[in-house]
Amino acid sequence: MVTFWFALVVLCWVLFFVLEGFDFGVGLLAVFLGRDDHERSAAIRTVGPFWDGNEVWLVAAIGVTFAAFPDWYAALLSGLYLPLVALLLLLAIRGVALEFRGKSDGVRWRRGCDAALAASSAGIALLWGAVLAVLVRGLALGPAGEVTGTGLSRTLGPLLSPAAAAGAAAGLAVAVLLGAAFLALRTTGPLRRRARRVCVATAALLGAGLVAAAAVTGSAGPLVAALPCAGVALLARDRREGAAFTVAALAVAGAVVAVFTVHGDVVLRSTLNPAWSLTLADAAATGSTLRLLTVAGVLILPGVLVYQGFSYWVFRRRVASERVPS
Amino acid sequence: MDVLDLTRLQFAVVTIYHYLFVPLSISLAATAAGLELAWLRTGADKYRQLTRFVGALLIVTFAVGVVTGLVQEFQFGLGWSNFARFYGDVFGPTLAIEGMLAFFLEATFLALWYFGWDRLPRAAHAATIVVVAVGTVLSAFIILAANSFMQNPVAYALDPATGRARLTSLTALLTNEVNLAAFPHTMAGAAMAGGALLLAIGAWRARSAAKSAAGDGAAFGTLARLGAWLTFLGGALTALTGDYLGKVITGVQPMKMAAAEALYATTAGAPFSVFALGGGGDGRPFFSIEVPYLLSVLAKGSPGATVAGIDDLQAQYVAQYGPGSYIPMVPVAFWTFRLMIGIGMLAAGLAAAYLWTGRRGRTPHRLLVRALPVLPLLPAAANTFGWLFTETARQPWLAFGITTVADGLSPGLTRAEVLASLLGFTAVYGVLAVVWLRLVRRLARKPLDPAPAPACAERDTPEPAPVY
Ligand code: HDD
Ligand code: HEM
Ligand code: HEM
Repeated sequence: MVTFWFALVVLCWVLFFVLEGFDFGVGLLAVFLGRDDHERSAAIRTVGPFWDGNEVWLVAAIGVTFAAFPDWYAALLSGLYLPLVALLLLLAIRGVALEFRGKSDGVRWRRGCDAALAASSAGIALLWGAVLAVLVRGLALGPAGEVTGTGLSRTLGPLLSPAAAAGAAAGLAVAVLLGAAFLALRTTGPLRRRARRVCVATAALLGAGLVAAAAVTGSAGPLVAALPCAGVALLARDRREGAAFTVAALAVAGAVVAVFTVHGDVVLRSTLNPAWSLTLADAAATGSTLRLLTVAGVLILPGVLVYQGFSYWVFRRRVASERVPS
Repeated sequence: MDVLDLTRLQFAVVTIYHYLFVPLSISLAATAAGLELAWLRTGADKYRQLTRFVGALLIVTFAVGVVTGLVQEFQFGLGWSNFARFYGDVFGPTLAIEGMLAFFLEATFLALWYFGWDRLPRAAHAATIVVVAVGTVLSAFIILAANSFMQNPVAYALDPATGRARLTSLTALLTNEVNLAAFPHTMAGAAMAGGALLLAIGAWRARSAAKSAAGDGAAFGTLARLGAWLTFLGGALTALTGDYLGKVITGVQPMKMAAAEALYATTAGAPFSVFALGGGGDGRPFFSIEVPYLLSVLAKGSPGATVAGIDDLQAQYVAQYGPGSYIPMVPVAFWTFRLMIGIGMLAAGLAAAYLWTGRRGRTPHRLLVRALPVLPLLPAAANTFGWLFTETARQPWLAFGITTVADGLSPGLTRAEVLASLLGFTAVYGVLAVVWLRLVRRLARKPLDPAPAPACAERDTPEPAPVY
C-alpha cells in the first residue's frame, strides 16, 4: 500500500511536469515565436483551455503527499521554504497573466501580459529545475527531520550550487523543448514552422549538453537521456510532430521518475547524516488513512483522467496562426 | 515580532486574501449556471447575454482564486510543518480529496464552458457550468470540514506510540457538527458577496442605459434585481444560520463566545451588549449598552439560561490542560463579531431598500443607486471579520483542546525567511488586487455581447485564433 501511494504521488508529479512543462514552454516561447499580437494570441490559445487543469496535478501531488506521507510533506515544504514561496509567486503571476490577457482591450495591455507570462514561465522552469537538482543531492536535514541553518541561507543556500545551476538550465531546456513540440503539434502556418525549428534546435542542444554532462561526471545516466533528444530532433525535422511530442513527453516522464526514485525508498536524503534521511515507511500515514485514500483515489482519479482526456479531445483542432481576413 | 507571530500574520494575510475571491467565485459560478439554465428553458437572448457577462467576471475572479488557493495548499507544510506532522493523518485526506474531487472538476469544466460555446451542444454546454458550480460548493464543504476539525476535533484518536492523531472515520470528519453549521453560514455569506457585486454593476449599468437610451437597460435591470435578491436572502440566511452556528460554538468552544461578548462572570439571563468600552489591563468593559437576556437566548435558546464567563472557563481550562492563559484577545473577538453582523446586515438592508423602492417598475431611489458602487465591499468585509473572529478567538489552540499554535510552527523556520516571504506575498498580492479591480471595472463597462449564439462550427477546420 505504501508503495502504491508512492507510485501515485510520482504519477501526479509526472503528469504535472509533462503537462505544465509544455504550458511553461508555450508561455515563454509565445513572445519569441509570435511575430505580432495575432500570432502571440494564437500561440497562447493552444494552452488556454488546459493550463488550469494541468496545474491541478500539482495540487494533487501536494495534497496526496500530505495525506499519504505527512512527514514527507512537512519536511519537503518547510525545507524548501523560500524556493517554493518564489515558485508559488511566479505561478501566481503566470496564471493571472494568461487568464487576464484577453479580458481587456488594447495591444499594450496584451504586451504587458505577454512579458509577464514569458518572464514568469522562464523563472518557473529554471526554479523547478534547480529544486529537483537539489532534491537529488539531498537537504541538510537535522536529527529532527527539519532542514537546519540560519537566516535566508537555510533554504536559499542549496540553490547556489553548480548542480542547481545545471538543473536550472536543464529545466529551462526541457520546458522549451516540450513547449516547441506542443506548439508545432497544435498550430498551423508560420508559427508551426518556427516552433518545429526551435524544437529541433533545443533537442540537439539538450542532447549535446547531456553528452557533455556524461563526459564530466563519468556517469551513464545523461547518455541514456541524450538518446530521446536525438530522436525528438530527427522526428521534428521530418515533420512528425505527434511522434516528436510523444517521445519528448515520455523522456521527461522517465526523468521525473528517475529523480523521485534515485535514492530507493529514501524520499528525502540528508546530506548531514544518512541516519537522518526520511524513508517512505517513516513518512507514511497510518494504514486506515491509506486504505481510505485508496478507496477515494480508485473512485475519483480514473474519472479525472477520462474528463481531462475529453477536454483535450474537444479542443483538438489546430489553432491557425495565419491571419484570417475579416 | 518573532517567527511565530510573523508566520501567523502571513497565514492570516494570505488566507483572508484567498477568501476575498472565493465567495465571489462560488456565487458567480452558481449565478452563471442559473442564468444559462434560464436561457435554455426560455430561449430569451437576454439570459444568454447575461450568462456571458457574468462568465467574464467569473473567469477573472476564478483565476485569482486559483493562484492564491495553490498557495494555501502549501501553507501547512511551509510554515506549520509540525502541525502537518501531528495531524496530517486526519487533515491530509481532506486536502487530497478536495484536490482530486473538486479542483479537477472546476478547472477542467470551467475551461470546457468558457471555450466551448461553439463546440458543445447547448445542453451539454449548460451542464459544464453546473458542474463547475457544484465543484466550488463541494470544495468549500470539504475545506470547511478541515477547518471545523480545528474548531472542534472529531473522528481522531491519539496514537499511543507516536503521540500523533489518527483518523478514525472520514464520514464523522466531514459531518462534524461545526461543519454542518458553518457550511450553510458561509454559503449564505458567499451569496451576499456575489449578489452585492451583481447588484452594484447591474444598477449602475441600468441607470446609464436609461440616460443614454441604450437598449441593454432591461437586461441589466434583471441582473440588478437578481443581485439584490441574492444579497437580501443571503443576509437573512446568514442571520438564521449564524444564530444556529453560535449555539453550536457555545457548546464546543464556550470560551470563544464568552470572549465575543466580553462576558467575564458566569451569568444567568445574560444580556447582549451592542457597544462596549474596555479599560484597564485586561480589557474588561466598564461601559456597555445592553439588550437584556438576549445573550442567553442567542447562546442557549432560553432567556434564563446560564452562560459561562471567561474567568470561570479560564479556571476550568487550567485545571483541565495545565497552567497558562486560555483567553483569546477579547476586544478583537468582541468587535469582529459585531462588525461581521453589523456590516453584513447593512448590506442586506441596502439590498432590501433597493428592491422596495424599485418595486413594480419604479425607479429605485437615486441616493441608493449612488451608494451602490461601494456595496460589494460590505459582504467582503463581513466575511473577513467573521473569519478574523473565528480564527483569532480559537487562540491559543490550533486544534481546540489538543494542540497549541506555538506547537504547530515549522521548527526550522527562520525569521528572515518569513519576513522575505511575507514581503513577497504582500507585494505580488497587492499588485494582483489592483489589476483585478481595474479589470473588473473594465468588464463591468463592456456592452452585452450582441451576436446570436454561434452554431456548432464545422469540424476539422483549424481554430481561428481569437484573442486569448
Ligand atoms: C456576509 C457575511 C456574514 C454575515 C452577514 C454574518 N456572518 Fe457569521 N460568519 C461569516 C460570515 C457572515 C463567515 C466569514 O462566513 C464565518 C467565518 C467562519 C465561518 O464558518 O463563517 C462566520 C462565522 C460566524 C461564527 C463563528 C463560527 C466559528 O467560530 O466557527 C458565528 C457564531 C457567527 N458567524 C454568527 C453570525 C450571526 C449570529 C450573524 C447574524 C446576523 C452572522 N454571523 C452574520
Ligand atoms: C477553511 C480552512 C482553514 C484552515 C484549515 C485554516 C487553518 C489555519 C491555521 C493552521 C492557522 C495558523 C495557526 C493559528 O494562528 O491559529 C490559521 C490562522 C488564521 N486563519 Fe485560518 N484556516 C482556514 C480558513 C481561514 C479563512 C477562510 C480565513 C479568513 C478569511 C482565516 C483566517 C485566519 C486568521 C486571521 C488567522 C490568524 C489567527 C491568529 O494567529 O491569531 N482562516 N488558520
Ligand atoms: C486554508 C485552507 C485552504 C486551502 C488549502 C485551499 C486550497 C485551494 C486551492 C489549491 C485552490 C485552487 C484550485 C485550482 O487550482 O483549481 C483553491 C480554490 C478554491 N478554494 Fe480554496 N483553499 C482554502 C481555503 C478555502 C476556503 C475557506 C474556501 C471556502 C469556504 C475555499 C474554497 C475554494 C473554492 C470555491 C475555490 C475555487 C476557485 C475559486 O473559487 O476562486 N478555499 N483553494
